[in-house]
Amino acid sequence: MSMLASYLTLAAVLFCIGFYGVLTKRNAIIVLLSIELMLNAVNLNLVAFSKYGVNPALTGQIFSLFTMTVAAAEAAVGIAVLIVLYRSKATVNADEFDELRR
Amino acid sequence: MATVFSPYAWLVPAFPFVAFAVLTAFGRSLSRTGAWLATAGTFLSLVLSLVIAIERMTGAAEDYRGGYEWLRIGDFSLPFGFEVTNLAALMLVVVTLVAFLVNLYSLGYMKGDDRISVFFAYVSLFTFSMLGLVLADNLLLLYIFWELVGVCSFLLVGFWYQKPEAKAAAKKAFIVTRIGDIGLLIAILLLFWYMPDHALDFVSLHNVFDPQNGGTISLGITTLIALLIFLGAAGKSGQFPLHVWLPDAMEGPTPISALIHAATMVAAGVFLVVRTFDVFEASQAAMDTVAIIGAFTAIFAATIGLAQNDIKRVLAYSTVSQLGYMMLALGVGSVPGAMFHLFTHAFFKALLFLGAGSVIHAVHTQDIREMGGLGRRMKITAWTFGIGALSLSGIPPLAGFWSKDAILAAALADRPWLFVVGAIAAFFTALYMSRLFFLVFFGKPRGEHGAQAKESPGVMTFPLLVLAALAVVAGFANTPWNGWLGQWLTGNAEADHASALAIVVSVAVGLLGFYIGWLVYVKGAVRRDVLSSRLPGVVRLLERKYYIDELYAWLFVRPLRALGDALTAFDTHVVDGAVRLVGAAANGIGKLNTRLQNGQLQTYGLAGLLALVVLVVAIAGRRFW
Repeated sequence: MSMLASYLTLAAVLFCIGFYGVLTKRNAIIVLLSIELMLNAVNLNLVAFSKYGVNPALTGQIFSLFTMTVAAAEAAVGIAVLIVLYRSKATVNADEFDELRR
Repeated sequence: MATVFSPYAWLVPAFPFVAFAVLTAFGRSLSRTGAWLATAGTFLSLVLSLVIAIERMTGAAEDYRGGYEWLRIGDFSLPFGFEVTNLAALMLVVVTLVAFLVNLYSLGYMKGDDRISVFFAYVSLFTFSMLGLVLADNLLLLYIFWELVGVCSFLLVGFWYQKPEAKAAAKKAFIVTRIGDIGLLIAILLLFWYMPDHALDFVSLHNVFDPQNGGTISLGITTLIALLIFLGAAGKSGQFPLHVWLPDAMEGPTPISALIHAATMVAAGVFLVVRTFDVFEASQAAMDTVAIIGAFTAIFAATIGLAQNDIKRVLAYSTVSQLGYMMLALGVGSVPGAMFHLFTHAFFKALLFLGAGSVIHAVHTQDIREMGGLGRRMKITAWTFGIGALSLSGIPPLAGFWSKDAILAAALADRPWLFVVGAIAAFFTALYMSRLFFLVFFGKPRGEHGAQAKESPGVMTFPLLVLAALAVVAGFANTPWNGWLGQWLTGNAEADHASALAIVVSVAVGLLGFYIGWLVYVKGAVRRDVLSSRLPGVVRLLERKYYIDELYAWLFVRPLRALGDALTAFDTHVVDGAVRLVGAAANGIGKLNTRLQNGQLQTYGLAGLLALVVLVVAIAGRRFW
């Protein structure tokens, strides 16, 4: 059980670092990277539970593989959106992206 | 005998109404054609009225009632009907005749006015309302037309609304008559409450208040109702203390003064009292009030008329005074006398006003001190005005003499002291009319326009001639030895009031008044300022109209203004303040929200995180409670 706790703690720390990055970083690319960090924290949880959980099963690891695939796709789309944004606004500063207000 | 034309009496008011509707709809494009159209409409009414009146005079036709049910509320049914009696037929002729002549006159007088079609539309509306008032067969319908003529009076007094005085006069006329109208409305409500079956038609009124079935309604209530009706009549007919609006109403165009404020609308008060006379007869107190107010108004307004310098104001006070005479006649129980005077007064007073309008048209001033010597330049106006003045002063054998004599004789038979008051008022009447007549038409021209004054066009002098002819002959309808009109109106041979004393006195005071006027203003045998130098206080009092306007301003207008100001302050500060506070609060909350909605996703995320923390703390904390 102690192994599970340390994994979960690590994942929580990782998630918090990612979330902190999402909320505070001005550079949109760093924000995107921070989101990846948060996803990986979740992956870590999934893997940890599949090995040390109450009912250890391979499902969790398979699931984390799926997450990585989807995350790759998401990162591709995210970067593409950012490139388009950069073309239209000539900046990647997240503060400048306030179109929701208008 | 069956009547042929009376069932079509409703057409009489219909013609002017159609003219009004057409003028209102297409007035701008019609302009002068519209004016002729209105005149033609009134002419048709006049012809029909004459036919009805002649039919009723030749054969003793029965009263005709027509119409339909307007409202039914439970057991109460309200008819929308008309009633043709001899009284109504007489009024129809008077109203349509004067209205037609005034329409004709206005074609000349209002020529060149930009809003001439509006003017004729208003006049047509007024004619319609007045005829409706005359024909109405129940009090509620009468009240509707009563208010309509009031509105028309307001619109026409304020016709030249660019002038602040005209605007103020229109408001004053409306508000002061309003006081009387409230009285009439309360009277109608009381009648509705106390009458059997809530009937409001005049036939039921006649039956209920007939002395033979007395006691249906208690004496106190009867007196109250009669006095409230009289309050309404006093407001419309300019009786003291509600007379103040009538002289100010002279700010309107002169043909309007002739039609509304001399011949027809102001006589509506007298007509109302005649129509509901059974109620008055049932209460001696009410009759006394009517007689005393009438006599007081007659002498009170006549004295003011002595000291006024505006030609129309002199005539206005004269109208108030003559209406006082009619009320006096009603108060002493002489309906024929009142109606007879109403009949003749309509002609000679409309004549005087139209003559005054002709003079004003020529010299462009209303101040009689700036006129003079117009007799040579305006022959027709001068002659017809002279006839009107003599008729009003009660010089035989003109119309005014016979009707005034009938009233004085009735007063003498009933209450001699009222006869004395009436005779003194008649003296003053002759005096101020001679002053007016001689100052305007005799002597040398005093004003700048007087020397070039020209006679008015034929369309204006023709009505003067017709009215002058009527002011001469109308009196023979009811002479002391031939009470034809009274008999026709009331249906029974009136107890003959003819008295040699009344005739002698009324001739004497009339001639004396005119003679003194001639001595002072033509001969110069008595200096003009003999009175103002000896008794400056009295003259000032008369010039200022007994300070009634000032008294009312101090007594009613200022307290009401103060109350109004206080309420306005309450409204702007408290009520509006509350509304503004609500608005400001909503605005502030909105501002706060725009600060949150800044479009920064990261801020939203932070807010979401904080909310989550709060939620978690709350859920976790619940365990320890």
